[in-house]
Formats: sequence, structure tokens, C-alpha cells
Amino acid sequence: MNEIEHAIRLRGVVKRFGELTAVDGLDLDVPAGACVGLLGPNGAGKSTTMKALTAQVIADEGELEVLGYRLPGDSKQARAEMGVVPQLDNLDVSLTVEHNLLVFAHLYRVPARDRAAAVFRALAIANLNDRRGAKVDELSGGMRRRLLIARGLLHQPRLLLLDEPTVGLDPQVRQELWALIDRLRSEGVSILMSTHYIEEAERLCDEVTIMSHGRAVATGAPRALIAEHAGPEALEVYGPAGAAARGGGHRPGAGLAHQAHRHLDRRPPRQRRGDLEGVRRAANLEDVFVLLTGEEIA
Amino acid sequence: MAAAAPARRRLGRLERAALRGVMVREVVNYSSFWRSSAFSSTLDPTIYLLAFGFGFGSLVSTVAGYDYIDFVGTGIVATTVLFSGAFPAMYGTFVKYSFQRTYDAILAAPVDTEELVTGEALWIAARTGTYGCVPMLVAVVFGLDPSWGMLLVPFIAALAGFGWAAFGIFVAARAKAIESFSYWQSGVLTPLFLVAGTFFPLDDLPQWAQVLSNANPLYHCVELVRHAVFGLEGWHDVGHLAFLVAFAVVMWRMAIRHMERKLIL
Repeated sequence: MNEIEHAIRLRGVVKRFGELTAVDGLDLDVPAGACVGLLGPNGAGKSTTMKALTAQVIADEGELEVLGYRLPGDSKQARAEMGVVPQLDNLDVSLTVEHNLLVFAHLYRVPARDRAAAVFRALAIANLNDRRGAKVDELSGGMRRRLLIARGLLHQPRLLLLDEPTVGLDPQVRQELWALIDRLRSEGVSILMSTHYIEEAERLCDEVTIMSHGRAVATGAPRALIAEHAGPEALEVYGPAGAAARGGGHRPGAGLAHQAHRHLDRRPPRQRRGDLEGVRRAANLEDVFVLLTGEEIA
Repeated sequence: MAAAAPARRRLGRLERAALRGVMVREVVNYSSFWRSSAFSSTLDPTIYLLAFGFGFGSLVSTVAGYDYIDFVGTGIVATTVLFSGAFPAMYGTFVKYSFQRTYDAILAAPVDTEELVTGEALWIAARTGTYGCVPMLVAVVFGLDPSWGMLLVPFIAALAGFGWAAFGIFVAARAKAIESFSYWQSGVLTPLFLVAGTFFPLDDLPQWAQVLSNANPLYHCVELVRHAVFGLEGWHDVGHLAFLVAFAVVMWRMAIRHMERKLIL
């Protein structure tokens, strides 16, 4: 196994689709063994970036290196050593859980003598041992997502790409997946995860890159980004009709007609004038996101 | 900066491991729908065989020097090849990349588009090689005499089937919607299917139609199968074989090119 400093290294990557520039000079590093989050609003270029890492999108400009291999030329070697969990479920719905894993054990070239063990291990990761004979379309959404992740781990990859891994899952399943991702991290797997759940990035990632309009607008550890861009505290000032309260720094409550206006006050509390009424709370990564991208998260 | 990168084995093109992976997926899937696949791919041609054999066969006893059952019982192999090669490739490919996003998953593994297309076409070719013989064996029941040459028929059917599978993948790669298949079916496949020398000889057609039929891969398949069963005709059959090989190679490359355009952005 080759020792590398970076699992992923992108420099000046540009991808255009006709008039649209989806990725516009992106620099991105995933240090070996780290979990890096790719944050950004819809249309920021996250998915295009993810696809470029498996050479399913070919960049127009820039340098891409994955596990030390240059893309797109050596992409196949890179793919042999990395696992991919797509945003959209692409399991074989008419096959059983076990057959889905078996097929991908072949596609990922797990040697014949290790195949049964790899499938067994993946069943354990997905916690689907007792459903191994069930067809995929009989599984719940959470089970399918676990299977999708386990499928990407069959060949014990050194790098895992997770594209919006927990979107649409209920909180309990999300917690389970977080525990799984934590475990992989502790085993030394490098992870790049795109997400628009800020909380998820804050909780799981060593580093975060915030993307906007195809570029990286900020990179760093979540704590450092908050300190640098948002300061210690945020003041939420509610619009005229915004009577509903926001719970301690969490996402806006569902059904709010008016979202809170945000005011980030970096001055020490004593110097602050009482001209703005609102709720003070510790600044979080979402504040950084909104400041830098000018967009609320859905 | 990447530290010293040791020498690594570079993965090549068209690797066995990748082709096998793609085909294993097909075989495992097939085990869940083989009944319907085998049924539709062989029953349709068998119905044509019986309809023409009994219907048309009651009007004519010999055609182009053959008993009619011999004539149509060998020609029908090409029909089966078309039905079990082109159609599953068209629909299967479209469903897999468009609805099920299967190809997204496969291309994220160490498999290239070239291997994906080749594996799919090889698997369909293996199936057409088998299915192609079924109506011919039905014809044996109705009086077609068995011959050693029939042992060549699965290989001819598989070769032609590879070309038609690649054709189907090519059509699917160009299609923006599954509805556009009807243009190909009505505009291309139906004329080729009817004017292939399967049900009636082409000798009495106008000159221009005879010339055009030389460009019809089904015609070459029909001729080659008939000659394999009743006696090969030297250079004529080398010509038919060469045409089928060329058809397979050209469609194969075109299918890869257009699938790459579709799948790799």
C-alpha cells in the first residue's frame, strides 16, 4: 500500500456544462485518514465534484488526484480502492440483500476466497443479517441506506465518498449512520462527505469546505471557521411575523412563514447597544455558512 | 504533495475481472426473470414459424428449392436473434441507466464504459445463441431434418446476437425517452425483419430491394444458418460470416462511444 499524504487533492478544477459553470476553480484536500465535509447549497457544485472523483464527470481544467492516482487517466485504480455511496439509491431492487452484496463483491474484485467473508462482514455492517434473503424493495428506507453504505465497504476501501448520506432519514437512523461513520474514521478510512446538514458536518468532520457557486469559499475545522467568520455569538432578530422561537441554535422550525434575520455581533457583550431585540446564542457553523454563501439551508 | 508513489500495476482495458463482474450481475438478475425472458424470446418466433408454416405452407410446398418447413424453420433463427438480442438490449439498457441508475453504481466500481457495454452485449449474445435454436428445434418436430450443421447454429446466432445487442445498446444510448424506440422499431427493425429472406425468398423482389437486402445483417444470418444446416457454400458463406463480424464490431464500437457520451459527463 502506498503511503500518501492526501486521499484527495484537487487544484483549480473547472467543469462546465454548456453555459453553466458547475465547478469553477475548486481546490479541495482530504488529508489521509481525515473526514472532510463538503457543505454548500443546492447547485453549489457538490454533486458534480463527487462525480468527478469517480471520473463519471471529466473536468475541463485542473488537477485531480485520488489516493495518489491522477484522474481521469488512472481513475480505475482509484475506484478499485475507494467506496462510493451515492445520493440516489441504485440498489438492484429485484435482488435479495445478499445478492446485491455478492454482485458488488465481484464488481469490486474481492478475490473468490474472501467473497463470502466480505459479504458476511457487510451484512454485519448494515445490520441486515436476519434480512439477507429479503428483496430490496421489501426493505425500509433506513435499511436500504445501510445496505448502500455496506455495499461501498465490501472491498475495505481506504477512501469513502458519501454523497448526502443521511438525507431523508429519520433521526434515529441518522444517529446509527453517524456511529458507523465514526467507526470507519477510527479505523483510518479517509472520508469525503457532502451534506447540507450543518449539524452533521459539525459533529463528524475534522475539516469542512464550504462551497458556493462552484468554488471553495472557506476551509478549516468547524470550530476554527466559526471563530474566524462568525465570532462567538449570534443574535437572532425575528421578522415582524416571526413569533415562533428557534430552539438553541438548531434548524428553523417547520412551517415558519418568516425566517429569522441573523445578526452576528462580534463585540464583547458589554459594548453592545440594546438596539436589536432578539435571542443571543452561541454562533454555529450554519451562521458561517449563511454569511459566506448568503443562503439559508433548506 | 504526494509522497513517493511506488510502482503499481496499471489496470488495463477490457479486463476479465470487470467483464465478469458485469456478467455476474446479469446472471444473478436473470435467475429472477428467466422464465418470462425465455418465454417471450422464443414463443414469438415459434408463433411466426407455425403461422407461416401452416398458413403459407399450405399454398406452397417448395420455395427456392427447399421444402417450406425447411426454408422457414431455418430462417426463423434470425427472427429469434433479433427479438432476443435487440429488444432486451434496448429496453434493458434504458431501464438500467435511466430508471434504476444501475450504471452509475457499476461505473463507480473499477469498471469502464467499454467493459460495461461489452459485458452486457456478451451476456445477451450468450442468450441469443441459446434462444435462437428453440424455434428451429420446434421445426424439427414438424419435419425439418436434423443435421450436424445445426451444431453451428448457436454460434452463428450468438455472433449475430452480439451485433444486435450492441445495436440495442446504441439505440438506448441515443434515446432521450423510451418512446423514441418506436421509430427504430417501425422504421428500421420491422422492414429488416420482413425483408431478410426468412418467410419468402428475395430472388423475386425488384433489383433495388435485392441490393438493399445485402446490407441487412438479418439476411446474412438467415443465409448462413440455412447453409450451415443444408450444406455450406464456400466463399458465399465466408462473405456472410464476414458481414456479421463487421456488423458486430461496428455496432460494438458505436454502442461504447454513445454510452460514454451518455454516462460520462
